[in-house]
Amino acid sequence: MSEKELKSEQPIVSLKDVHKSFGDLEVLKGISFDVMKGEVICIIGPSGSGKSTLIRCINALNDINSGSIKVHGREVHDPNLDKLELRKKVGMVFQQYNLFPHKTALENVMMAPMLVLKQNKEDVLKMAQELIHKVRLEGKEDSYPGELSGGQQQRVAIARSLAMNPDVMLFDEVTSALDPETVKEVLVTIKELAQEGMTCILVTHEMGFAKELADHIYFTDNGVIVEHGPPSTFFTEASDPRTREFLSQIL
Amino acid sequence: MKLLRTSIPGLGSRQTSTDFPVLLPFRGQAAGQTEDLRFSRWMVTTSPAVMMLIALLALLYPTLAMAQSKFSLADAFQVLWRWLPFIVGSGFVMNLLISFFTMAIGTAAGVLLGLGQISLYAPLRKTCWFVTQLFRNSPWLVLLFIVMLTFPFEIEFGETIISIPDWMKAVFGLSLPIMANIAEIVRGAVQSVPTGQWEASESLAFSRQQTLWQIILPQCFKRMIPPWMNWYAILTMATPLVSLLGVEEIVTLSRQAMEAEDNHPELLIPFYGFALVIFFAYCYPIARWTLKLEERFSVKL
Repeated sequence: MSEKELKSEQPIVSLKDVHKSFGDLEVLKGISFDVMKGEVICIIGPSGSGKSTLIRCINALNDINSGSIKVHGREVHDPNLDKLELRKKVGMVFQQYNLFPHKTALENVMMAPMLVLKQNKEDVLKMAQELIHKVRLEGKEDSYPGELSGGQQQRVAIARSLAMNPDVMLFDEVTSALDPETVKEVLVTIKELAQEGMTCILVTHEMGFAKELADHIYFTDNGVIVEHGPPSTFFTEASDPRTREFLSQIL
Repeated sequence: MKLLRTSIPGLGSRQTSTDFPVLLPFRGQAAGQTEDLRFSRWMVTTSPAVMMLIALLALLYPTLAMAQSKFSLADAFQVLWRWLPFIVGSGFVMNLLISFFTMAIGTAAGVLLGLGQISLYAPLRKTCWFVTQLFRNSPWLVLLFIVMLTFPFEIEFGETIISIPDWMKAVFGLSLPIMANIAEIVRGAVQSVPTGQWEASESLAFSRQQTLWQIILPQCFKRMIPPWMNWYAILTMATPLVSLLGVEEIVTLSRQAMEAEDNHPELLIPFYGFALVIFFAYCYPIARWTLKLEERFSVKL
């Protein structure tokens, strides 16, 4: 099929003129961008600029008022879309980790593949152990989330998302709630993931990280994309005064 | 039609020629109210001196009765001792039985009702909300009376007739408010789970059912135990209510025992005092345990 050949050139995630309001408050005022397979996209901007809302629209945790969001060419906000099918392909990691506190680290990773994908237990166990190993948490398999540090919990959350074998990973300010010394361990995990070719969309305040890893950086303010570009030019040649002000405060 | 045009209804103008009796002015005599108020009227019209005399006589009666009998408080305790196996064995055990069955039925129904309140299907959610509010906010005794007096005492299943004992009907009656309060506990516990848990499971493609049963409810379980136990203690203490409906539990049997012992006023304190003590001895440890569990769970979460 020709569709298959096209796929590699088609964006894996594509937003066109996305508008989103909460009541009278318009948080997204026409956002458009494309993400190609294997790309790492960083979305930065002051708080309240709609970054988190934007990323949550991509896996339909929030609905949108108008515009279009396509994942794998399929419209996310089509009322007939099977949201569960979409979410199997789009992983998400939250600022507050949101691990299931009544399950051990290993069980947290194993739950979704077993219950949602109905894979058999031995395969899932093997994969979960590999994922725990990958996020460097060997020995913590049987710990409950309450017994782990923030950074460790966040890495379990990443492993839990990866267990679904997603095509795209969304990271919603995943290091914002962490102690400075544990931020690095989480960033290293994401970095390895990105280097393996995982498509990643990150909302982040880690400018150093964005500079090093991102293929493209988007700066949003007040619901619109003010400026974007590859890190090589974004940090040095920002033209918009809002971007410059933001960068001067952060860097 | 004429009536509407002439004036605002209810504002003064009297249309005595109307065909609708409801539009006629209210007449106390015709409604038969005087008969019902006879006692109050008598009280108001009788002279204060007569009333005071009657009150004095009424107050004197127990003292006179006590003075006349040779029955001492020690005798009363002896009588209690004699009746103790009966009162506990047939009475208090029945209270416990009622509390167990009520709690079982109330919990099962309450969990369903509570889950109904968080249903995405609006008619079900609203119905469950209404039922919960209705039974949470009605007096237990009224519910008991309604169930006891309206439920059949036997049910026919084709050939066989199943008779329903009084105490079983009392169980149904008490189950209603318990059900409503358990429903509130369930709803509250589900809503106390952070929304992040729902979002995380949604983003992992769990269905709503899976999210609820695998993620949310297991976390609610611990939080629900202390309030659930609290309601059990309240229920147990409320079980003597059913004595008003003739169910043979501790208070009914105490009264019967006292009647069999010639209703000496000295019996009142030992018998009812004993009922008080046995309920306290049963419910107080539950209350302590509840507090302990609450402390432990609140620290762990």
